[in-house]
Amino acid sequence: MKRVLLVMLALLAVAGIVGAQSKGQEIIMNNGAEPQTLDPHHIEGVPEHRIYMALFEGLTTHDPKTSRAVPGVAEKWTFSKDLKTVTFKLRKAVWSDGTPITAKDFVESWIRKLDPKEAAQYADLLYVVEGAEAYNTGKAGPEALKIRAVDDSTFEVKLVGPTPHFPDMVAHYAFAAVPMHAVKKHGLDWVKPGNFVGNGPFLLQEWKPQERLVFVPNPKYWDAKTVKLQKITLLPIDDLSTSYQMYKAGKVDWLDAVPLELMDEIKLRKDYQNAPYYGTYYYIYNVTRKPLDDPKVRKALSMAFDRQALVDKVTKGGQIPAFTFVPASAGFKPPAGLGYNIEQAKKLLAEAGYPDGKGFPTFQILYNTSSGHQRIAAFIQEEWKRNLGITVTLINQEWSTYLDTRSQSHDFDIARAGWIGDYLDPSTFSDMWIIGGTQNDGLYNSKEYTDLIFKARTQSGATRMKTLMQAEDVLIMKDHAIMPIYFYVTNNLIDLSKWGGWYLNPLGSHPWKYIYRK
Amino acid sequence: MARFFIRRLLSLVPTMFIIVTLSFFLIRLAPGGPFARERDLPEAILQNILKRYHMDEPLPKQYLRYLGDVIRWDFGPSLRYRDRSVNEMIDTTLPVSTALGLTALSLAVILGVNVGIVSALKQNKWPDYTAMSVAVVGISVPLFVMGPILQMVFAIWLKWLPPGQWLSDHGLKAIILPAVTLSFPYFAYIARLSRASVLEVLRSDYIRTARAKGLKESVVIVKHVLKGALLPVVTYLGPALSGIVTGSVVVEAVFVVPGLGRPFVQAAINRDYTMIMADVIVYSLLLITANLVVDLVYGLLDPRISYK
Repeated sequence: MKRVLLVMLALLAVAGIVGAQSKGQEIIMNNGAEPQTLDPHHIEGVPEHRIYMALFEGLTTHDPKTSRAVPGVAEKWTFSKDLKTVTFKLRKAVWSDGTPITAKDFVESWIRKLDPKEAAQYADLLYVVEGAEAYNTGKAGPEALKIRAVDDSTFEVKLVGPTPHFPDMVAHYAFAAVPMHAVKKHGLDWVKPGNFVGNGPFLLQEWKPQERLVFVPNPKYWDAKTVKLQKITLLPIDDLSTSYQMYKAGKVDWLDAVPLELMDEIKLRKDYQNAPYYGTYYYIYNVTRKPLDDPKVRKALSMAFDRQALVDKVTKGGQIPAFTFVPASAGFKPPAGLGYNIEQAKKLLAEAGYPDGKGFPTFQILYNTSSGHQRIAAFIQEEWKRNLGITVTLINQEWSTYLDTRSQSHDFDIARAGWIGDYLDPSTFSDMWIIGGTQNDGLYNSKEYTDLIFKARTQSGATRMKTLMQAEDVLIMKDHAIMPIYFYVTNNLIDLSKWGGWYLNPLGSHPWKYIYRK
Repeated sequence: MARFFIRRLLSLVPTMFIIVTLSFFLIRLAPGGPFARERDLPEAILQNILKRYHMDEPLPKQYLRYLGDVIRWDFGPSLRYRDRSVNEMIDTTLPVSTALGLTALSLAVILGVNVGIVSALKQNKWPDYTAMSVAVVGISVPLFVMGPILQMVFAIWLKWLPPGQWLSDHGLKAIILPAVTLSFPYFAYIARLSRASVLEVLRSDYIRTARAKGLKESVVIVKHVLKGALLPVVTYLGPALSGIVTGSVVVEAVFVVPGLGRPFVQAAINRDYTMIMADVIVYSLLLITANLVVDLVYGLLDPRISYK
């Protein structure tokens, strides 16, 4: 009996080592979640975006090093003098079933995206196109939409205002073309293996929900010669420590998230890739509540904790202390911010009528249940107690309840939030705080700020950036309506001595067509 | 017997009706909704989406519509996963959870009952102490500790078994670690339960009679003791079965098993109303059926119980 057992164990040992492991030009990546859908008009998350980059290609796509727009289906584009009309010249490309991609595909696709009956979540990103908002909100028909196919290879878009960053925007999946012929034929099932038609560098071969997605090269892709990977497997594992174990066991080649509690160990690894991410972790002040309605109080709170210590000792992932809301990008240099200055903070608090924190009412920090957010809030709570003599309590709610409290009932004093840019332009951040903005959960109500943002929408180039910087100055230096905490970073595990064509970039967007095994 | 069975089957209808009705309204009381996001939706877009899922209609109308669908075993579209209906999701995940659950439960029953009997027969000797110590560990160590420890030892250090994923990746060996982990608390509970009841039965009169008749000890144990002693275990199996078969969120997360447990919890977090409802219905049906089977098995095991 004992001998039989030993033999069985030995056999298992050999089998275990063989297991599922990638070979040659194959890559296995943990995508972190089961995709909500593969239909580009209905996706909204990072895991879905990664799938989009394999299966589809928009008018433009991301440069793997800079995250800026590079030609995709559009070979080139020209702006009219007033920067309000863009003309895209499409290259000769086909869908994976051989049907040519024409300008008409984009017209029909954008009409579908904005169709109120289609009920697409990210439709408002297209509101920069003339007539898009009216059509999407049911005030007009599709004919109001000012887009047209001049001929098969010329696609013309009229915009609400000058939008020089429009080519960057159309790299976003909200602006994708979908194969309308397949959509009409299969309805909701057009994204399933067998029915699937795409125009990206890869094709959908297999989709086992909760298990894996498998992609293989698309031979009809216009740039098929660049594509080197022969197979991509995406796993939907949401448990970070399990996925890290699998990475260590060699069953996964690339992770885009790592378990925070093992950060000290992971940071020492050679295959740990850390880079700034175009996003901000911040606290929202409810500016309608006393004493947070006083800018002096808001500034005092923001100046009275050590962000550097927070990122070094609490978050540990190489995050960058943030003193402004909009991260720096080409042409956009944010103001210096308020800095870390306890003396100044105390002075401001005294001016606001609370010397040494005396008489300061107790208030709450709201965050969604997670040990990471909890640790950050506890750190800030302690700093405020020590530096300002102010007592705050922490309150956590599970995700949906928290969103409801934050965005619907606005029943909070200070709430945690985070935002990652949709595209590489300051407007993806600064648009949030206009009066009545959908993400303006702290009810910041500044006409000055809103006017500046609207002014920027009529400008271009350096002038526009200057106006946006002015707006940021109002938001941070004058009103301090929100409290920036740190700029996000991406934490990937991928061995770059084995994999090529993978670069660190601000949007954390890694187009599959360039990735290859060395 | 047949009448009892039919009566029980019929009582299923009002029970299910009450469960469906209560859950339908209860889940809508939770704050937030299926379309809440970090980035708030403009009102017009939210209205478009609500209309698509008939959620702009008054609640009683939505309820009647839902009831009509459920009677035809149509759980509707998932509010979260657009490409798949709830039926599809149940159809793909339930068999996985069932396979894992049944393996784990069989393991727990076979080992648990045997260990329980041995412990009882060797009461207060070393086999008893060893077995009951293991049982205490099994009951008190939570799955989210047990899982990663087994994973660490058998997958990472010894490399005998895969650290995660399911049959299509690793074949049958994929089932071993999750099943062992999942079976632990059940095994422990069954072992203690059967030990206690074997001890009790051993002291009863009919066992003394059996021994007095001069029956072999093995016959006494298998034919007489076990029959009576298994009753509490069988009682426990009803709820245990329906619980284990609908999946364990912890084990599924740790071992990346594509079962029903994780989607169930996710659905509650996402407020995916249709998915929650379907999970509740499947779970209740299983529970009621399992309890019915348990009652029927009673009649076979215990001559004192009969259904007329």
